[in-house]
Amino acid sequence: MSSAPALVASGISKSFRAVQALDDVSIELHRGRVTALLGDNGAGKSTMVKCISGLYQPDGGRIFIEGTEHRISSSRHARELGIETVHQTLSVIDPLDVAENLFLNREHTRGGWLGARIGLLDKRRMRKECADTLARLDIRIPSLRRSVGSLSGGQRQAVAIGRAVSWGQQIVLLDEPAAALGVEQTQRVLDLIINLRDQGVAVLLITHNMDRVLAVCDQAVVLYQGRKCAEVNVADVTKDDLVSYITGARTTD
Amino acid sequence: MNRKSISKQAPAGLPSPVGAWIDRYRHDGGLRQYVVYLAFALILATFSILLHDDGFLSSSNLLNIGRQAAPIAVMAVGMAFALAAGEIDLSVGSVVALSSLVAAELVGNYGFLAGALAALGASALVGMVNGLISVKVRIPSFLVTLGMLGIISGIARNWNDLQSLPIRNDRFSGIFGAGGLGPVSSLLIWIVIAGALGHIALHHLRWGRHVLSTGADRDAANAVGINTARVKISALIVSATAAGFAGILLAGRLSIGRHDLGEDYLLTVIAAVVIGGTNLFGGRASILGAVTGALIMAMLNNGLILMGLEVADQLIARGVIIILAVALSMREAKEA
Repeated sequence: MSSAPALVASGISKSFRAVQALDDVSIELHRGRVTALLGDNGAGKSTMVKCISGLYQPDGGRIFIEGTEHRISSSRHARELGIETVHQTLSVIDPLDVAENLFLNREHTRGGWLGARIGLLDKRRMRKECADTLARLDIRIPSLRRSVGSLSGGQRQAVAIGRAVSWGQQIVLLDEPAAALGVEQTQRVLDLIINLRDQGVAVLLITHNMDRVLAVCDQAVVLYQGRKCAEVNVADVTKDDLVSYITGARTTD
Repeated sequence: MNRKSISKQAPAGLPSPVGAWIDRYRHDGGLRQYVVYLAFALILATFSILLHDDGFLSSSNLLNIGRQAAPIAVMAVGMAFALAAGEIDLSVGSVVALSSLVAAELVGNYGFLAGALAALGASALVGMVNGLISVKVRIPSFLVTLGMLGIISGIARNWNDLQSLPIRNDRFSGIFGAGGLGPVSSLLIWIVIAGALGHIALHHLRWGRHVLSTGADRDAANAVGINTARVKISALIVSATAAGFAGILLAGRLSIGRHDLGEDYLLTVIAAVVIGGTNLFGGRASILGAVTGALIMAMLNNGLILMGLEVADQLIARGVIIILAVALSMREAKEA
């Protein structure tokens, strides 16, 4: 916490025609900390995430990664800068197995130059590294050769998050990662988030669920109608406080 | 620390191959993914009994089935990739004819290799045009390739005024259909080669995984940076090139190029692929299934003829089988 934040988004503004989706919103993500991004529907949470992950270009504001300013031009660019986003959907390919999903579009090849040219997969190496990554994150999957489509929702989400982290990404944005999950599976995902935090990853968690915020987040940023209305240490607030910020009944400013 | 590392090793550890296979078998569809092989055995057994006196099991008849199956199998392998990528290629039948004509035109003057390569090149070009129009202009491939079917059929008909072009080149005929390696017909060898190449491409090449990903969930594939437009175009090139190779095999076996070769293959090929476990709507494909499906279709064709069915009745029987196969495929898609 003493060094530069992993990511600083400063004064971000974004409008769509007449609608001001984001107005001068600033946010800091720190290594080894989980920051919640809260707000009612339409408060601008997703727009903020899309500005950071390169899907949208903000109209105004600056983004610093490890203290260096960057203009993030695309999701690919964001990934190169160490930012990975896990969306509610759009994350895993059902017919591929766990290892194949983890390495999709950055596959290891074998057979030297020719193998690399034709893309001959080194499945053994990918399974091995996949097993290592999942073990490191304490993600339990029955078999790496199972198609992801046959896994439970929680396991699929764990694969998606594992995929994000196995790129060696230091900044992970999670958009409602437990939205469609049951109680136990949600707990698994929360455990995984804590695990990421403990390994020094900077995590941004978008959620509607206050219990999850209180359970895993260190910091919470609350948006109200496109503006930041509160930024608090989660340890200092109650669930009711958070709800009143979200509904616009209170601000910290 | 030690206890922790042990408990972390166990869950994601590498299971034994047999255990992994059983696990996959139980969770990835169970018996259903082997339906095509059971169907093959069942139909083979049925015809063997019913048509025993008609010589169904004679080596010459079995060889005949294999020869019939060869172009279907080659096309089925290509079509499996188009379907896996979430596209469909309805122009394959016309490409067979085009390819046979290009080969027949060139083999005489430029040799068997140049003829074959030019035929494949022309076919690949058709596939590329299909893919480019479908992806860039955003027209569903079934419409683009349906239009292409008409265009190529017309070109083939005009090529030599509906007359066949003779191929007088023993090497061409020998390698691509009439000859063989010792007692093994070259057509059977080509089935094995096409199946093996397709299987390796689907399961062991990056491209195959990207084709499946694109067909399963294009948005997700795009999100990880896969160029899904290029993948779809390449899958349509592969299906057209495979059809072109089927045209070469037919031209080799018959020693002619003709406008109507492959004309009635389309439904047979799609049926073979879908029966073989490839999803009609992308994301799931089986090359071995497609080849087995091709053998089933050839076997059915042969058996129905030996049973004395008229051409009209054969058409009806084949149509019924195709609808059943597609119904099965859609049911699986919903369950998945």
